[in-house]
Amino acid sequence: MIRLENVTKSYPGGQEALSGLDLSVDKGEMVFVTGHSGAGKSTLLRLIALIERPTSGQVIVDNQNTSRVKRRKIPAYRRQIGMVFQDHKLLYDRPVFDNVALPLIIAGVSRGDAGRRVRAALDQVSLLHKEKQSPETLSAGEQQRVGIARAIVTRPKLLIADEPTGNLDPDLSLEVMRIFRRFNEVGVTLLIASHDISLIDRLGCRRIGLEEGRLQEEVDPWQ
Amino acid sequence: MAMTRNADAVAPVRSSGPLSTWVTRHVSTAIGSLGRLVRQPFASLMIILVIAVTLAMPAAINLIVKNARSVSGSWDNALDFSVFLRQEISVSEAEALARLIRQRADIDTVEFVSAEDALAEFKRQSGFAEALDQLPDNPLPHTLVVRPSAGNTSASLILLQEEIGNLPESDYVQIDTEWVQRFHAILDIVRQAISIGAALLGVAIIVIIGNTIRLDIENRREEIEVTKLIGATNAFVRRPFLWTGFWYGLFGGLTALALVHYGLFMLEGPVAKLSGLYQSNIAVASLDLREAAAIIGIGVFLGLFASWFTAARHMRRIEPR
Repeated sequence: MIRLENVTKSYPGGQEALSGLDLSVDKGEMVFVTGHSGAGKSTLLRLIALIERPTSGQVIVDNQNTSRVKRRKIPAYRRQIGMVFQDHKLLYDRPVFDNVALPLIIAGVSRGDAGRRVRAALDQVSLLHKEKQSPETLSAGEQQRVGIARAIVTRPKLLIADEPTGNLDPDLSLEVMRIFRRFNEVGVTLLIASHDISLIDRLGCRRIGLEEGRLQEEVDPWQ
Repeated sequence: MAMTRNADAVAPVRSSGPLSTWVTRHVSTAIGSLGRLVRQPFASLMIILVIAVTLAMPAAINLIVKNARSVSGSWDNALDFSVFLRQEISVSEAEALARLIRQRADIDTVEFVSAEDALAEFKRQSGFAEALDQLPDNPLPHTLVVRPSAGNTSASLILLQEEIGNLPESDYVQIDTEWVQRFHAILDIVRQAISIGAALLGVAIIVIIGNTIRLDIENRREEIEVTKLIGATNAFVRRPFLWTGFWYGLFGGLTALALVHYGLFMLEGPVAKLSGLYQSNIAVASLDLREAAAIIGIGVFLGLFASWFTAARHMRRIEPR
């Protein structure tokens, strides 16, 4: 599903966020990327989301070489991927329902279809009863679940998440991870950046450790 | 965790028909943009008023010119000129000349006023009858009052006047309506000036709306970034701003119409008074349907152009970081 070949990303000033990284995530896998802040986790996800382009090397997502995705085609590319952010990135001027419906509106889904899908997505994160509330009135954990509902409402095959539990206490973190686990069980590929190693180990998933832009360790509980 | 509606969530994303989707999107975006304007009534009203005044100014001046033209238009036909004949011309010669001129196609009527009639008329009107009686002989010449036919242009009129002035019998041609032509020339200049002024004001409207939209975009920068991050195209994030521009233009145009009509309403009394003084029937012409539509159309066009221009420039710049 995701393959990185000798990917380097350097910023002006010579600082390298990723250097010669090779990495591969299979379809249906749930993989964590760990490392200290500045190790290159976020950069990796940003390259997959085409927020940035690699300085050299190839990033291949769902058999698409991202270097061939033209600027004009980036929106269509991003619509295939669900994204979850540490700071949720919700729109606070509209209710929960409208936040979750946004990807469907962008995709041009009809109103009736959108309503059913939004409720189904909110149901999966147990927030169906809060659809009319403003995100501001929700707790951090609930806001993150709204963010997740928005990411999965279009049923993407790939979901990437950047520190989705970064602002949450352990109980809420586990709750969020369980939700991710359930998506994985119905076939969604997940790549999640996190520094919470103890939590990851409890889930028993493959873990890729980055340090200074390089692959430092790879832990696969199944091997 | 209830999973009862999972079936809905698993179904693939299916878009409805392209046209109905397009219309639905636009309708909901249009309403959304309108809602934003309504939620900031004071700021919106100020901008709409500025646009309205800017549109109303040239429209009002244009209307004044139009009215001035139609009032003076009734004088347009009164292009009579008087031909004063030489002193030595006799009555029969003058009458013969009148008959001759009358035959021309470009002449409507020729009226012969003999020197005696003219003197009698002058005595009656001037009140100098006794003084005039003292004169040894009549100082006035015979006169022909010529009314050109309606088909004449202002150029052919000048030629006609010259031609008749050059006849051996005529002494002097007096054009009574030269000032009407001068007045029309002045109106033409005013009309030209309005076009230039209106173009400048149009630029002003574009700047006003463009700047407002730019501020709006800056305020919603985060929203735009998030929306782009989850796959929105430039066209999608631009759409609400286009509608904002459209609404500004539409309401600006409608308010401009209201301003012009209010101005006309205020003028009605004074014009009626003037009309009474001249015992004539001067009615103030209002904007006709075409002109009213033009004002609204120009407002909408400028609003759309300004917002499109501004949004296109800024949307490309705002990318998720």
